Amino acid sequence: MAYKIISSQCTACSACEPECPNVAIREKNGTYVIDPKKCTECLGHFDEPQCVAVCPVDNTCVIDKAYPRYQAQA
Amino acid sequence: MQAKTAYVGLDQIKPAPALNRLLEQVAEHKGCGTSGGSGKASCGSADGPQDMDPAVWEKVKNHPCYSEEAHHHYARMHVAVAPACNIQCNYCNRKYDCANESRPGVVSEKLTPEQAAKKVLAVASAIPQMTVLGIAGPGDPLANPAKTFKTFELISRTAPDIKLCLSTNGLTLPDHVDAIARYNVDHVTITINMVDPEIGQHIYPWIYYRNRRYTGIEAARILNERQLQGLEMLTERKILCKVNSVMIPGINDRHLVEVNRAVKSRGAFLHNIMPLISAPEHGTVFGLNGQRGPTAQELKALQDACEGEMNMMRHCRQCRADAVGLLGEDRSAEFSTDKIDAMEVRYDAQTRRDYQAAVELERQATVDAKRKEQEELAQLAVADDISMLVAVATKGHGRINEHFGHASEFQVYELSHAGSKFVGHRRVDHYCQGGYGEEDTLATVIRAINDCHAVFVAKIGGCPRDDLKAAGIDPVDAYAHQYIEQSAMAYFREYVGKVRSGEIVHLSRGDADIRQGAYVAAA
Repeated sequence: MAYKIISSQCTACSACEPECPNVAIREKNGTYVIDPKKCTECLGHFDEPQCVAVCPVDNTCVIDKAYPRYQAQA
Repeated sequence: MQAKTAYVGLDQIKPAPALNRLLEQVAEHKGCGTSGGSGKASCGSADGPQDMDPAVWEKVKNHPCYSEEAHHHYARMHVAVAPACNIQCNYCNRKYDCANESRPGVVSEKLTPEQAAKKVLAVASAIPQMTVLGIAGPGDPLANPAKTFKTFELISRTAPDIKLCLSTNGLTLPDHVDAIARYNVDHVTITINMVDPEIGQHIYPWIYYRNRRYTGIEAARILNERQLQGLEMLTERKILCKVNSVMIPGINDRHLVEVNRAVKSRGAFLHNIMPLISAPEHGTVFGLNGQRGPTAQELKALQDACEGEMNMMRHCRQCRADAVGLLGEDRSAEFSTDKIDAMEVRYDAQTRRDYQAAVELERQATVDAKRKEQEELAQLAVADDISMLVAVATKGHGRINEHFGHASEFQVYELSHAGSKFVGHRRVDHYCQGGYGEEDTLATVIRAINDCHAVFVAKIGGCPRDDLKAAGIDPVDAYAHQYIEQSAMAYFREYVGKVRSGEIVHLSRGDADIRQGAYVAAA
């Protein structure tokens, strides 16, 4: 799985963008989006997903169930 | 007939014994503002060059936020290049944005550093008395270090005469002090609401620090350590620091005396205690849980208690992160990105210098007029126990030059044997809209200046005049377009004369409201 940003709740504050260790977050049409192909849920980088930790609006950066669980590379 | 508002003496509204003790100490110490006759009428931020280290004076003399006197004459602007934040405060809701709302953290459009640099040049050309560029959000400038410092770099290259300033929560401040010094940022404001994590946990639900979210006491402990460390590092480097504190009754109101002591001992130049702004429609935690803000007299009592050797700022307008103009006005709407794109901007440093030289003359004339009046007042030997507040309608330049009905704020001065002293301001909705006054609005205006004996205006209509008189506030238009403090002291001298002759009896006034709602009267 990967994280996604619920755009209706996103304040477009940009706080998440520089925190992402995978450079998976970018601005798109006035809101921010996570590239699911790049998102690793911060596994192997940090104890908690950085976008979730820094986001000012609760439950805005959430697991995207459309994608399979991220597997750490061996 | 008994007035609706009971007359409350100052001593009755200070429940905290600690505060009372402090007030006694302040009275003994004869803090600034009580040294009548020396020409030094009010404290700290209003000091002139004679009381100040020349290097410090050079930094504050035309900074409207750091000098009360300068704020009548010089303007500032904020550019909203820093949207991200790294902490959550219970008085802030970052989703909220309204063009009519005026308070920190609120902004209508975010700018890139390049857009911001262009905006600064446009404003500097249109408003030559704009001397200070600040970055204050809408998030935290130091949670957006790349954008913040890029903006400073661009501006210092194109407009080197503009002073640079930033306002931060302090969490990452120690990491950026060297960059702040490198970019010649003269002034840094840190918002410090507590020095005790037990109290801090009720103000800050979480912080994001070193790739982790911390909550509760631990969050407040880290924040407090980082803030005080940052303050010490700045004062070591002789960078002028202002500390902002939000007064939250029942949470940190008594504690702010300790905060004041802590920041004073670490070399802060100025302390700005601001009232909590909280209304349910703001969607903040405090707004939704009914946390009230302080009344005007509660705020003043705390500011007075903290005023010893420490300069207190009382002219803060708690402005938006994209404010433009004199502190009491907001011209940000004139400088939106599309309007700036259409402007032909030509930065003319010489015109700015000439204009500012004229402003300097105007300011000196104000100071001279005040000193002369002060000497007259000193000869009168007014008893210690007579003091009063007066409200003033002004558009700037240190003069009484606004109509009562057009005023969006009133400046408040305290008059006593020591002279006149700026002690605050009250924001109101314009009473007069298109020539017609509205009675509801008039009632809220009266509540906002209810602790004042008189209101000085350039002009006032018959109806509000009668209502003010009925409320016990003397509407005064005899000093229209004259200097504020000179006029106020002249009025006070006359008042004292009448009290002595028995023509009137001196009574103390009640408390007043601090406005909380959205600023709907924007032009």
